[in-house]
Amino acid sequence: MSSHEEHKLSFWRKYIFATDHKMIGIQYGLTALFFLFFGFCLVMIMRWQLAYPGTPIPFIGKFFGESRAPGGVMLPEFYDELGAMHGTIMVFLAIVPLGFAAFGNFVVPLQVGAPDMAFPRINMVSYQAYFIGGVIMLTSFFLPGGAASAGWTAYPPLADINPIGQTAWIVGMVFIITSSLLGGLNFIATVFQLRAPGMTFMRLPFFVWTELVTAFLLILAFPPLEAAAILQLLDRTLGTSFFLPSGLIVSGKPLEVSGGGSVLLWQHLFWFLGHPEVYVLILPGIGMVAEVLANNIRKPLFGYKAMVYSLLTIGFLSMIVWAHHMYLTGMGTAISAFFQTTTMIISIPSVIIITCYTISLWGAAIRFTVPMLFALAFIPMFAIGGLTGLPLGLSSPDIYLHDTYYVIAHFHYIVAPALLLAVFAGIYHWFPKITGRKMNTVLGHIHFWPTLILMNTTFMPMFIQGLAGVSRRLYDGGAQYAHAQGVLHLNVMISISSWFLALAQIPFIINFFWTLFAGKKVKSDNPWQATTLEWQTPTPPGHGNFAVVPVVYRGPYEYSVPGAKEDFTPQNQEHI
Amino acid sequence: MDMPYIVKPREDTGLFNAKLGIWLFLSSEVMLFGALFSSYVVLRVGSVGWPHGASILSVPIGMFNTVVLITSSVTMVYAWLSLRAKKFGQFKMHLAFTILLALTFLVVKSFEYGAKFEHHLFPKTSAYLAIYFTLTGLHAIHVIGGIIVNSYFLFPGSKMWQTDPERFINRIEIAGLYWHFVDLVWIFLFPVLYLL
Repeated sequence: MSSHEEHKLSFWRKYIFATDHKMIGIQYGLTALFFLFFGFCLVMIMRWQLAYPGTPIPFIGKFFGESRAPGGVMLPEFYDELGAMHGTIMVFLAIVPLGFAAFGNFVVPLQVGAPDMAFPRINMVSYQAYFIGGVIMLTSFFLPGGAASAGWTAYPPLADINPIGQTAWIVGMVFIITSSLLGGLNFIATVFQLRAPGMTFMRLPFFVWTELVTAFLLILAFPPLEAAAILQLLDRTLGTSFFLPSGLIVSGKPLEVSGGGSVLLWQHLFWFLGHPEVYVLILPGIGMVAEVLANNIRKPLFGYKAMVYSLLTIGFLSMIVWAHHMYLTGMGTAISAFFQTTTMIISIPSVIIITCYTISLWGAAIRFTVPMLFALAFIPMFAIGGLTGLPLGLSSPDIYLHDTYYVIAHFHYIVAPALLLAVFAGIYHWFPKITGRKMNTVLGHIHFWPTLILMNTTFMPMFIQGLAGVSRRLYDGGAQYAHAQGVLHLNVMISISSWFLALAQIPFIINFFWTLFAGKKVKSDNPWQATTLEWQTPTPPGHGNFAVVPVVYRGPYEYSVPGAKEDFTPQNQEHI
Repeated sequence: MDMPYIVKPREDTGLFNAKLGIWLFLSSEVMLFGALFSSYVVLRVGSVGWPHGASILSVPIGMFNTVVLITSSVTMVYAWLSLRAKKFGQFKMHLAFTILLALTFLVVKSFEYGAKFEHHLFPKTSAYLAIYFTLTGLHAIHVIGGIIVNSYFLFPGSKMWQTDPERFINRIEIAGLYWHFVDLVWIFLFPVLYLL
């Protein structure tokens, strides 16, 4: 399609049924930000029950109705519903679409020098499938018995015998899986096929590499979950017993099924997705941080090749570590030994990447811009999240720590402080390219510092609670257990921190919308003086992205090249 | 800037865009069926008295369906080859044969299903029947998908032969790759469910 036709696009084709990768990226971003907010609201309600168990939820408690919260006091079933949907929405509807799909869609084709994604219409269908999946998840709250309440992992046999909301969960998941599959193959095809002339693999910006590996994980790891979802759907609708063992007794009565199923089968299928999924969540964040770091340290990233090979190693190994989520299921010591070995090995490439980031800072004339603050904060947050995962990867300490708040703290350090800081870095960094306006620096600082501190005061105490042995699945936050009494007071601190963390996002929301409509316009197409191709386009880029096919002459991070006139040399600049 | 490599392959990858796309799609399909085959293994290993497939299913009927599907794969290749030889009439005949054979497969399969239901053998009856109906059902959905795609290229989609013949040949090649995959899945399903 030529640029001439662009003016003819109707409102519907331009904004709703868009095939342009930039508009789809924005659609993904806004939808995912909505789900991020929604999922956060769910957990903020839960935090009231955990901090003040058995007391009426203030202000909003009366809106939940008698079936969920009689007199404003949350029922255990409602708590389960909130917990399951918080996990599902955050992982599948907020974080993956935000990190992988939103930024990937907007940035990857620009960074490789492509006119669009390889399959623009499949890209549109991918977003629509995601949107429908999200709508199904949201509407499932209104079903009799409420939304899914068997945890985001949907373990059978509980999930098999839960109310109808679980069926909606499965159908929603099938849509989301389809969306990820279509998105994943689109990204791979775009990177393989549409790289501009001269853009060799070792000249790809690191963000593109992370998206490429993530895309492979999506197309290879999601189908087993789809298979598992199909089996659970049949269990629930046709009465098969894939996940129901013989002789199961529910509410004092034996279940009338043929039996012979395996509950462990679900866990294997689920975690075969579940562990690569962790890397699906974090890798795009790692990539975004690389872009922001390189741009603000004004020198090449240290060890680009080592980072790329580490990334590929992570991608491969992430497929063979899944059973470290299952040490307590009695798989046997031989299998545990295998999976704890692979788990220890996979930590090495992650540490290599983080070490490269840290060494990159050495001797740099750092520009402390707002995106750079978020990117710098990412490094220690990711390190805390990653290193606290090691005891969980070894089977003997995991027997003690499994299913405690320690686990919650560990993976939230990866997906909340680390990944969200990376996402914020990405938003502040690419906002000028997307809208032509730069976000306000003062509001950015007001957003950054409270967010960083409150994220830590929210999640750090959970490590202490977990080490004291508090289970993660307690409706009253551990009040009924003697061993939890010493750390119970931390629940109040965590809850208040999480509510203040929500307030700390107000400057960001104000900044976002105010900049969108009235922010300072950028004078140049390349306001950060960056080297990668997305900054060598008009702002915002038009349909087809580049006026002429860009030719790439150099690597992605040629900052401060000796002898160059300026401290950055764009990839498409032929002579220094 | 227009989309490159829609028709001509890119030099360093040797593929046009859609061909890479279909291979990636098929790789995810391998993982989907692979997970279900693994489930079959897990269920069978954990069971007491797993039935012999031939004691419940009819091997001759399964064998007949296997031959039908393999033949349809052959006619699919001929459809593509006749297009490359610029024989549009032959292409249409071969593609029509492919669709007819696929329909034959489904009709036979539905009679098989019907016979099971008559004997009160349902998915919920046993773990073996559950995985049998799941695997063959999912495969049948893929067959239906193939019929829809091929029918599109036989009737409305074939207009592209006049406007953009090279791209049309590419499309038939991709439809063929998908169809061979569907065939291949059955070649694994038949021994696993009927013979073992």
